[in-house]
Amino acid sequence: MIRRDYDVVVVGSGAGGGTVAQELAPLVKDGVRVLVLEQGPRLADAEFTGRELEMADALYEDGGAFLTSDGAMTLAFGRALGGSTVVYTGTSLVAPERVIRGWAVPGLEHADVARRSAKFAAQNDVHLLEPDLINDNNRLFVEGCRAAGLAAEQFPLNVKGCKGSSLCNLGCPNAAKMGTARVQLPAAQSAGVQIVTRAEVLSIRDHALSVVVRAGREGEKGAPSEWEPGQYEVRARVVVVAGGAVGSPALLLRSGFGSRLPALGAGFTCHPAHILVAEHERPITNDVGHPKSYYLDRAAAEGYVLETCMYFPFTTAKNLTGFGPAHGALMRAFPRLQMILVLACDKAVPGNRVGVDRAGKPVVHYRFTPQTVEALVRATRTSAKIFFAAGALRVHAPSADPPLIERRDAGRVDALVAARHFRTGKVSVSAAHLMGGCAMGSVGEVARSVTDAWGRVHGVPWLRVADASLFPDSLEINPYLTIMALADRVAEGIRSEARDLLGAGDVRS
Amino acid sequence: MHDSVIPTVRPLFRALATTFVPEAASLDERGWAEAEQIVAEFLAGRPAGVRRQLTLLLRLLDFLPLLRWGRRFRSLDAAHREQFLAAMQDAPLLLLRRGVWGVRTLAFMAYYARPAAAAAIGYRADPRGWEAPGRAAPGPATPRRVAGS
Ligand SMILES: Cc1cc2nc3c(=O)[nH]c(=O)nc-3n(C[C@H](O)[C@H](O)[C@H](O)COP(=O)(O)OP(=O)(O)OC[C@H]3O[C@@H](n4cnc5c(N)ncnc54)[C@H](O)[C@@H]3O)c2cc1C
Repeated sequence: MIRRDYDVVVVGSGAGGGTVAQELAPLVKDGVRVLVLEQGPRLADAEFTGRELEMADALYEDGGAFLTSDGAMTLAFGRALGGSTVVYTGTSLVAPERVIRGWAVPGLEHADVARRSAKFAAQNDVHLLEPDLINDNNRLFVEGCRAAGLAAEQFPLNVKGCKGSSLCNLGCPNAAKMGTARVQLPAAQSAGVQIVTRAEVLSIRDHALSVVVRAGREGEKGAPSEWEPGQYEVRARVVVVAGGAVGSPALLLRSGFGSRLPALGAGFTCHPAHILVAEHERPITNDVGHPKSYYLDRAAAEGYVLETCMYFPFTTAKNLTGFGPAHGALMRAFPRLQMILVLACDKAVPGNRVGVDRAGKPVVHYRFTPQTVEALVRATRTSAKIFFAAGALRVHAPSADPPLIERRDAGRVDALVAARHFRTGKVSVSAAHLMGGCAMGSVGEVARSVTDAWGRVHGVPWLRVADASLFPDSLEINPYLTIMALADRVAEGIRSEARDLLGAGDVRS
Repeated sequence: MHDSVIPTVRPLFRALATTFVPEAASLDERGWAEAEQIVAEFLAGRPAGVRRQLTLLLRLLDFLPLLRWGRRFRSLDAAHREQFLAAMQDAPLLLLRRGVWGVRTLAFMAYYARPAAAAAIGYRADPRGWEAPGRAAPGPATPRRVAGS
């Protein structure tokens, strides 16, 4: 066992961890030693090939095949330097005022979240894609919405020099996406923050982290770890847990914090999503151009959001319902396919939670509530209408039986798409916006929350949480900017308490 | 790559895969080898328990048709295979539905993750994006800035 000493250790390097690393970096010049431990690898630019399985295997937890405990939903989340921001699509939205108000976390104001989100939007080069870079898949969504009497909105995106590879979810092959591995982590590193990859934190006990550093498998992508493979004990005065909505609660549960924090792991939510596909008569540009430039926000009114999207052959095949000749015919229509991702705004409910198995591995227990299923069904009906209004010949809707709806039946969409056809285990549902598990709440209120509004774990002053697990309920929009805003608060809290926590000066830059 | 699943159930796996993806019937031995290698690599990264469960599930799917048609899955004709798997994906037991979903996913992975299949369906995504040959070049870039709204 090799021992290392630091002042602050950040676990995880995604939207939360990468932000904390950057925002704590000013402390380094005062002699504070800051370390980021990331279990995933650091990939070189040339290793982003855009090849589907190869990149999924390199960048996602479980190669992208992580399932909820009953096997009914796939959860997609990153495992690499930069976390899920390596594979996210870069849509950059500020949390809705009504959602932050609804969370009712004492000390958390929407204006503060919005101000900090704007700071990171500017840092990440967030802008609207110019009209001549919008492909047909996105254009048809806007036109379909307009024809159906709905107002699509354009997504602000955090890309710089986007070439339109459409491969965002396999990691940008052109280094154009401004995730934490491109922006915040390099800034932190050049200010003296140390980053160690392939370093998994197994448990945390009383200022000590048990860490295993692994060598890569033969032929695996990514640089070797910055540390020699082996077992480490890393001691820290402050530990910031930012392993994501699955990783953070799982780490704290296997570290034994569950007994003093009964809310740990509870309140998991995730925007369950279907990929819907429609076939047009003629080829459209779909697998070139940024895949996600527009959305339709029906969260407040109807509990769902529609987003443009475009996926890869295997992902598309897997997400269509059914099999056989009809499935194959749709796959062969690939150059003519338009796609919409429908996301339901599920609520945190008892029973949906993160736990750990006997080996300490995360297990996510999740059941679809009738409200979530209804939201998916309403979203599917609206999408089908948008597809047909955009001129589609047929629409593939998972909660219709049979799933293919022909144009002659466009007027019967409301009857054909129904909750009774949503059969768990048969329809493909996936989620990439994972939230909750270490909910923020009132100071010391252990029955219902894990931290206060600054990510301070109740009763454990040296332990902080700074990622999507802080969300006390669904955000109802794409979450990364809000995660960065919350992580920024956590870092500010540590800086302002630096004298007590670290014996360093009060640094509020 | 060591694979403890496919070699033990190869004919059955191929019978299932061609039912899920009829196009797979036209694969030659090299095509099958490539498809099975993809699955083998994926399974090699999964825990041993998952591989054991999968082998059991595949055998179950082979034997279940005996109850209805007196024949194993492998011995059914194409129409009955399709009918059986369609019934299984609607089975009252979630365990069976998700089991079929899982095998279906492996079949799609085997077939569609091959570059030849991607090309055959007309998938053309290229890291060079708009700059790839045959893609319309976009106009000059003048990004509009917004403050994270
Ligand atoms: C495919 C996809 C597309 C998305 N698109 C968008 C989008 O367009 N817009 C948007 O706003 N959001 C998007 N998201 C969601 C967004 O990326 C995530 O919400 C966000 O990155 C979560 O931040 P996080 O810090 O909570 O976790 P992550 O970013 O997932 O980072 C957690 C990191 O911690 C590491 N870790 C976990 N446990 C340990 C441990 N014990 N030891 C060491 N390291 C550990 C993990 O390996 C991981 O790298 C997308 C997500 C995915 C998967």
